[in-house]
Amino acid sequence: MKPHSEVRLLDTPFGSRVRDACEVHQWEDWKGYLTAAAYEDVELEYFAVRNATGVFDLSPMTKYRITGPDAQAFLNRVMTRNVRRLAPGRVGYTVWCNDAGMVLDDGTLFHLAEGEYRLCAQERCLDWLQWSALGLDVAIADETADVAALAVQGPTSCATLRAMGLDGLERLKPFGIARFPFDGGELLVSRTGFTGDLGYELWMAPDHAEALWDSLFDAGRDRLIRPMGTAALELARIEAGFIQAGVDFVPAEQVLRHGRGRSPFELGLGWLVDFGKGHFTGRNALLKEKENGSRYRFVRLDVDGNKPAEESFILDKSANVVGHVTSAAWCASAKRNLALASLEMPWGRPEDDLFAEIYYSREQRWTRLETRCTVMRGPAWDPPRRRQTPPADF
Amino acid sequence: MKKYDAIVIGAGHNGLCNAAYLAKSGLDVLVLERNPYIGGASVTRELHPGWKYTNCSYVCSLLRPEISRDLELARHGLQVIPYHGGVTFTRDGDHFGNYPDAERVYREIARHSLRDANAHDRFETDVMKQTRLIRKFLMSTPPDPTSLRPRDLRGLLEFASAFTEMGEEGLLDTIRFWTMSIGDFLDEYFETDVIKAHMSGSGIIGTALGVYSPGTAYVLLHHYMGEVDGSIGAWGFARGGMGSVADALAASFQSFGGEIVCDADVHRVIVERGRVRGVALANGREYRANVVVSNLDPKRTFLQCFDAGDLPAEVVRRARNFKIRGSSGKLNIALDGLPTFNGIAPESPLMRNDMHCIDSLERLERAYDDWKAGTWSEDPYIDMLIPTTVDPSMAPPGKHMMTIFVQYCPPTLASGPWTPEARDAFGQTVIDQVAEHSPNFKDLILDCEVRTPHELEDEVGLTEGNIFHGELTFDQLLFNRPFPGCAQYRGPLRGFYLCGSGTHPGGGVMAAPGANAAREILMDLKRPDVIPASYPDD
Repeated sequence: MKPHSEVRLLDTPFGSRVRDACEVHQWEDWKGYLTAAAYEDVELEYFAVRNATGVFDLSPMTKYRITGPDAQAFLNRVMTRNVRRLAPGRVGYTVWCNDAGMVLDDGTLFHLAEGEYRLCAQERCLDWLQWSALGLDVAIADETADVAALAVQGPTSCATLRAMGLDGLERLKPFGIARFPFDGGELLVSRTGFTGDLGYELWMAPDHAEALWDSLFDAGRDRLIRPMGTAALELARIEAGFIQAGVDFVPAEQVLRHGRGRSPFELGLGWLVDFGKGHFTGRNALLKEKENGSRYRFVRLDVDGNKPAEESFILDKSANVVGHVTSAAWCASAKRNLALASLEMPWGRPEDDLFAEIYYSREQRWTRLETRCTVMRGPAWDPPRRRQTPPADF
Repeated sequence: MKKYDAIVIGAGHNGLCNAAYLAKSGLDVLVLERNPYIGGASVTRELHPGWKYTNCSYVCSLLRPEISRDLELARHGLQVIPYHGGVTFTRDGDHFGNYPDAERVYREIARHSLRDANAHDRFETDVMKQTRLIRKFLMSTPPDPTSLRPRDLRGLLEFASAFTEMGEEGLLDTIRFWTMSIGDFLDEYFETDVIKAHMSGSGIIGTALGVYSPGTAYVLLHHYMGEVDGSIGAWGFARGGMGSVADALAASFQSFGGEIVCDADVHRVIVERGRVRGVALANGREYRANVVVSNLDPKRTFLQCFDAGDLPAEVVRRARNFKIRGSSGKLNIALDGLPTFNGIAPESPLMRNDMHCIDSLERLERAYDDWKAGTWSEDPYIDMLIPTTVDPSMAPPGKHMMTIFVQYCPPTLASGPWTPEARDAFGQTVIDQVAEHSPNFKDLILDCEVRTPHELEDEVGLTEGNIFHGELTFDQLLFNRPFPGCAQYRGPLRGFYLCGSGTHPGGGVMAAPGANAAREILMDLKRPDVIPASYPDD
């Protein structure tokens, strides 16, 4: 058994570097780890992602290693998407639900090798995964603390990593996995991220973490690399239209009030549900929902004007409340005033007249706006470089 | 002779709360207290010079915030400082630290079992769902399911709608939860002995049942349904000990013109032509009022304060059968300094919380076996706190006061009644158990008050020493508390009411029974309702 420790917040494997780099001491608690909300300036950090390279320490992200002869069968039982179609060396975005078809969490599933997977999640779910594995020959291990992870995101990210010695990285396609020797160990790189831009995530044993950070920043200096905190990441992910557990929906296991959970369909993730693959947890409930209709629709809204619609009600033209905003931000690269919102059905059709109730203050004077919103069809930010292989140098 | 509008027997927190609301509505109210001091089981006494003992109840959570605010208890001196978490020491010298923040608890449970750490979130969510259900009913009179009066029908409808809001699965879970044992419930989440032992304590405190006795899961809920300033499930220290709850209620009562008389031992409720007319004290003195409210437990109320001939035989029978078995004792200790505990740092934040020394459900069940055999537990469950780690007013600077709630301890011993020698031997058993985990504990003891159920009955008036005025099992809850016919705070005689913890929603220094009873009395007197309603959806 590990010795007892009364330390309040743990350092990630990059702790020494993160502490040095964080000039403004804006700290957060992310899963018990000391995490920088900002290093120097949120705006600079956000623009690093959109203009050069931003580096985010995502080590506290919950990571499970799933192995064994039944690993694929097991994952196909718990995931809504068809895991059989995820080839070795590929990563897939996925959701998992409880029996009622309510989303427990979303995350990325890495098919590392035949019969060997890594699941990255926001919420912890080991207990639920183990219940779900009864009767199957599969091992599930929490490897959160055993893997140091960095997101390296932005237009100069590929060039930076190549300069660090990752030869051939430019051939890696989106959602692909590659391996490189590094510092006497193996560096795993996936072309994934939470920013909607060109970017990579690096995965490495913790004892190489400091060397990895140092090499990365050395290689990226001339390409204007910069560490980024959670605040800048939040701006980038809203701009890209990505949802976050605990923010845009309540993970099903945390729901106290009956009916406050959301199904994949109600989060705009119906494309991740594959009814044809055989049984999976939540399938019956989701089939029923498909027949009878959903209760909510999740939309990206383009809000007129420039005042972010944070925590706003969404109204119809008679000022009835038809939903609420879950995340909102002015998106500086897309030049959109974006809001992610959960609306009661049938609201959220392209032709609907919708308004966001926005409150803002200027020099102690509060103003209330009912601002027109337009339902967007695709993401606000989706640059071609996100998919280009090989990517340009900047 | 002066005639009061209402007389409340017993200056416990519910009696005082009831009296305060009656007085607030403009009635002339008298509270009679047998002891020379007020508070009942919500009392602070200086039994060792310079040390205040929070003699009976010792932490605060259930006290309804609606009442606290409405009766301006803060202005009258009540301050409750929250604490979060606890620790259970294990026999192998390790421990489980239930830290106040979610991530450290996760890490600490994971130290024992990674899977349990993951299951803990589910456990908390499931308990909170049940908590939210029961909290809706705390500040209201339980509806009578046999009645067709509009008010009862409305109440039943509210009941039904609260259940419906839980969803089908929630409803089924609720029925299971209310009837199962805390041991079985915890087995559905956790695999580690010490985690289960730590979480189970709330399921047996004050209850003469074991961790595998059906009905104990609900008792856990009873300890989770309180709050401190909106933090649901949190517990806190009342500054100056739990006596400050009674003192603040008394001050509030007096601010409305109420009168308290101590050393007034009510011998008999005066009944004339089927209705109450006042009370007679043991010393022969009489006080007159057309409303008499008892803060005493139902058994003591009906079997000791009435001539049996004045009551319907049914009520006497039900009162006699009322389940109010004593199961716990208490040690209050003056310490010369802060003790150290094996495995945690000196002055560890874990010492600001509740501390326990039993590390498995099996040991807990064995502790209950001793009680069944008519002796105190050789290896007892304790709920131990050091209020002076948070409250500077209880002991001289640098010195400490420790309160130890002990279970199990029978109301009478198999060998006969309690004796001072048996009481001291019981106390020594507890001290020895603590010393197993704290090397310097015994050397720091300056004074120790030991209370068995015998003292709790003799001094406080709790029948058999039962801290809840009757067990919190499903057969004695809601419209069956204390028993059918008396569950809406009205007694069997006109003008007679119950307001103690033997009525809905039960004990734990909640003050809700007192407030709910006042609402019924005022309704009968056709006076406006001055009792606050529940805060919605919190």
